[in-house]
Amino acid sequence: MIQIEQLVKSFGNNKVLKGMDLEIPSGQATGIVGPNGSGKTTLIKSILGLVRPDSGTIRVNDVKLNGTWLYRQNIGYMPQVARYPENMKVFELFDFIKGLRDQEPVFERELIEQFQLGPELEKSLRVLSGGNRQKVGATLAMMFDPAILFFDEPTAGLDPRSSFKFKERVKEEKRRGKTVVITSHIMSELEQLVDYVIFILDGKIRYYGSMENLLEENKEQRLEGAIARMMEKSES
Amino acid sequence: MKLLTHIVQNEWKTLIRGKWVIGYGLIFLLLTDTLLRFGGGGPEVLLSLSNVMLLFIPLVGMIYGILYIYQSREFVELLLTQPINRKTLYWGLYCGISTPLMAAFILGASLPLGWHGILMIDPSASIMVLALGGVLTLIFVALGFVLGLAFYDDRIKGFGFTIVIWLFMAILYDGLILMAIFMFGDYPLERFVIGATMLNPIDLARIMVMLEFDISALMGYTGAVFRRFFGTAAGLFTASGMLAVWLAVPTWIGLRVFKKKDF
Repeated sequence: MIQIEQLVKSFGNNKVLKGMDLEIPSGQATGIVGPNGSGKTTLIKSILGLVRPDSGTIRVNDVKLNGTWLYRQNIGYMPQVARYPENMKVFELFDFIKGLRDQEPVFERELIEQFQLGPELEKSLRVLSGGNRQKVGATLAMMFDPAILFFDEPTAGLDPRSSFKFKERVKEEKRRGKTVVITSHIMSELEQLVDYVIFILDGKIRYYGSMENLLEENKEQRLEGAIARMMEKSES
Repeated sequence: MKLLTHIVQNEWKTLIRGKWVIGYGLIFLLLTDTLLRFGGGGPEVLLSLSNVMLLFIPLVGMIYGILYIYQSREFVELLLTQPINRKTLYWGLYCGISTPLMAAFILGASLPLGWHGILMIDPSASIMVLALGGVLTLIFVALGFVLGLAFYDDRIKGFGFTIVIWLFMAILYDGLILMAIFMFGDYPLERFVIGATMLNPIDLARIMVMLEFDISALMGYTGAVFRRFFGTAAGLFTASGMLAVWLAVPTWIGLRVFKKKDF
């Protein structure tokens, strides 16, 4: 469960989050959409503790964030850009993160097999292709079986096959009762993966509710059309 | 503590595999060996070595620290999303990257000093030069860290400040003090000079070397004032105390910035 109250954050003169209230119950799959620079990544980074909000409170599983760090044991995060130390090998990176988290991996083998990372394990991260690096990121996010999963533009660099496998995996996590939060610009992907949609515009939440409701309200068949309509409405 | 050593070990492993720390050590090995072969041995060699060290260690240390911050941005961000606190991560990264650089200098310079016998003939002076090089490495890697964190999104500015700080501390500082003395020669300037020296770690290290070798001709104005004011023993003591402060302050500022930073 993630509870956010009156979250405000600015970088210099640039007000990125302008007072956000949000509650994401456990076990819900939520997609965050919004134009570039609307504050999606800043919102996720605030929940992860990478960004310190100016004001407002964030609670993750009833732990109030204030430089706390243990709550992240329950969080897996797959970043938008995956860059790792160049001359580290893939299995060494996995070992390093295992030691950092001090947790035993639950799905390490399973995920490596699913994403076909087996032949890449001995390679150094420098020679890995962008897609394979994304897969390494996805594996790191899910292998400790955390209750909350964040994916920031997860399928941007994946080939169709890997992307399909990734989505299958996320659906599986959903079935197992995980809280899943995904940001993406690919609306068809969100349609497949999430049940609830948060639409952020200009640092504020413009819509938060179920996917069906959103489509109905805007009299659209597809998410893409509904979002486009909402963006037009807020401009006029 | 376990976590800290885990991070440090990982940094060591990746750095040693990167090979250029080893190259850096080899440069000092070659340099020291060449100096000993052509310089005839004795205190002159240690002096030449310390001159090179005073010039280059600060530059290399700062560039190295700031480059690390810039190159491992995404990785550090990933590490920060793991359940560890920022303080542990900061010390892990700092110790992990500064100690191999320090070890490379100390090993690279001490091996030739050992096989040419200087380490036996003049142990206190050799150890002092080696230790000063080590401390300067730690100080300037920390300064590089601070600059990298402060100019996180503006690399050009970060590198610019690095070069300016190095030029100022390593090259211009003594000249500027001399100019001030020349201009305000009618006033008692001793305290000002002492104070100004304290503000530059490279100058402090240089004065310590000169005091140890007791070479007034090479001491420069600040060194001479320093010795007259404190005497050799107290001078060495004060200077090393100030170097400790210089080590503590940048690392502490770096920690503060790291803890409060938005990544």
